[in-house]
Amino acid sequence: MSSLSQARLARSIALHLFLTPLALIWLFPLWMMVVFSTMPDNGIFSPGIELLPHGGFLDNFDNLQRGTNFVGAIGISVSVAVTYTFLSVLLTSMAGWALARYQFFGKGMVVAIILGTITLPYAVVLIPQFIMVARDFQLANTWVALIVPPLFNSLGVLFMRQAFSMMPHELFDAARVEGVKEWRIFLFVALPLARPMLAALAIILFLASWNNYLWPLLINSQPGAMTAPVALGTLIGLTKVSWGGIMAGAVMLTVPMLVVFVLLQRHFIAGIAAGAVK
Amino acid sequence: MRTQNATAYRFLAPYLLIFSIFWVWPIISSFLISFQATRTVPWRFAPTFNWGRLIGDPAFFNALENTLLILVIQVPVMISLAIVMAVLLNSPLLKARGLYRFAFFAPVVVGEVAYSAVFRLMFNLDFGIVNKLLNSVGLPKIDWFSNVTPAMAVIMIAVTWRWAGYNAIILLAGLQSIPDDVYEAATLDRVSKVKQFFYITLPLLKPVIVFCAVLSIIGTMQLFTEPFLITERGGPGGGTETLGLLLYRQGFRSLNFGYASAIAYTMAGLAIAITLVQLWLTRDPK
Repeated sequence: MSSLSQARLARSIALHLFLTPLALIWLFPLWMMVVFSTMPDNGIFSPGIELLPHGGFLDNFDNLQRGTNFVGAIGISVSVAVTYTFLSVLLTSMAGWALARYQFFGKGMVVAIILGTITLPYAVVLIPQFIMVARDFQLANTWVALIVPPLFNSLGVLFMRQAFSMMPHELFDAARVEGVKEWRIFLFVALPLARPMLAALAIILFLASWNNYLWPLLINSQPGAMTAPVALGTLIGLTKVSWGGIMAGAVMLTVPMLVVFVLLQRHFIAGIAAGAVK
Repeated sequence: MRTQNATAYRFLAPYLLIFSIFWVWPIISSFLISFQATRTVPWRFAPTFNWGRLIGDPAFFNALENTLLILVIQVPVMISLAIVMAVLLNSPLLKARGLYRFAFFAPVVVGEVAYSAVFRLMFNLDFGIVNKLLNSVGLPKIDWFSNVTPAMAVIMIAVTWRWAGYNAIILLAGLQSIPDDVYEAATLDRVSKVKQFFYITLPLLKPVIVFCAVLSIIGTMQLFTEPFLITERGGPGGGTETLGLLLYRQGFRSLNFGYASAIAYTMAGLAIAITLVQLWLTRDPK
């Protein structure tokens, strides 16, 4: 018995000896992001090794704000992400509800097409989307351009379909017998029951919008219409630029999401894991 | 059961409307655009204009080669690492599980621009922390961004850092859906942990691994931001230019939509081919 627990102890020690350095390596870029964001540029570009934060975050932030209107860009990013998340959750759960609870003509085909788009690279739709939004609709550099085209998602719909189809149908039949309309059943019976799944979906969609780069880069390229990642991206690669400022911007984009991640870890993980578990 | 066509389609309408406008039509449209000469106004139908150029374009083959190289090295390394992370995070022997989970899962929330900036700074030749650390243990510093091989390595390291934890989350959920009694029976039969991993865990996890691999391949196939920002527009000298970057350059710098669409469809063809091979390789032997 004691040899068994000794073996367990040895295995436990080996596990931690392997995993701890790996975890530290994984945290290192995030830690350095924070460290860099607090160092003056001549500190970042000096020969010594600095691994602890200094006190220069606000100076770096000033430098950043001088290079680009980052606060304004954050404002656009937040408003777009909130609007996008609300609309996308609504659209996605309505579609998921229909696929989960009704028998209708063409249902199998709709599901097959949604599944098919998972393996289709976004690159295939990128150019026509751009031509359509920028040239045909004349919507470049607007919020609509940032919010509407990305509204389609496939994994989210499958996730919500799964969520709704697991609910016992007696819940809804009772309401139907009393003559409650379908949209009221959806809004006031089904959606409240799906709250944890909706939270998971909303977090993932918010994050996707917040971090989205390629589409906003293409469609909202005017300085006053840029999202925060795009505004920050324009600074990277300039020859005379404050790297401390760029890092301050990176921290402002990242740390709020890390806080949300820590607070809502369960929903976060559920949202990401949803893709895989049937 | 009576059908509920009207009700169902009322709920589906907004979603299908967005889908039709921003996906279905573009899928058709970019196929058609790839057969047109788009640098003249009006565009004219010229079936071999872009596709003919594609098969003779060294820049295309360079980007294709780079993309496939990243695909072949980075995806297997990352998936293996993600499996290791998931299995170890799932171990009942692990203490302070939350801290380890945070370390590996945190990159999931980090945006491409933010982490590209950090990696670019960390791998700076003279002042990057990586070279400083190499120096401090007596190793020579590496000129990461002036040579193709190390520049590629930085891209692969960055992408692996960003996405390994994401895959580990999916794999961990897969692991947790394997019933405990399978392992209990194996342990009673004195099957070693290593054997349990290869003969129980891996086979049962296979569908999830395939799912992760397919998503990763499709993601890596379109790699854009990392070579755009970390190695500065695919540098040195196009050495890290990917198909995604070439598409961006052709479509949105040169405004050559026809050629860019041909590149996009090549990516789609590759993605579909690789996905089919993957599914075929891992099919259920029946």
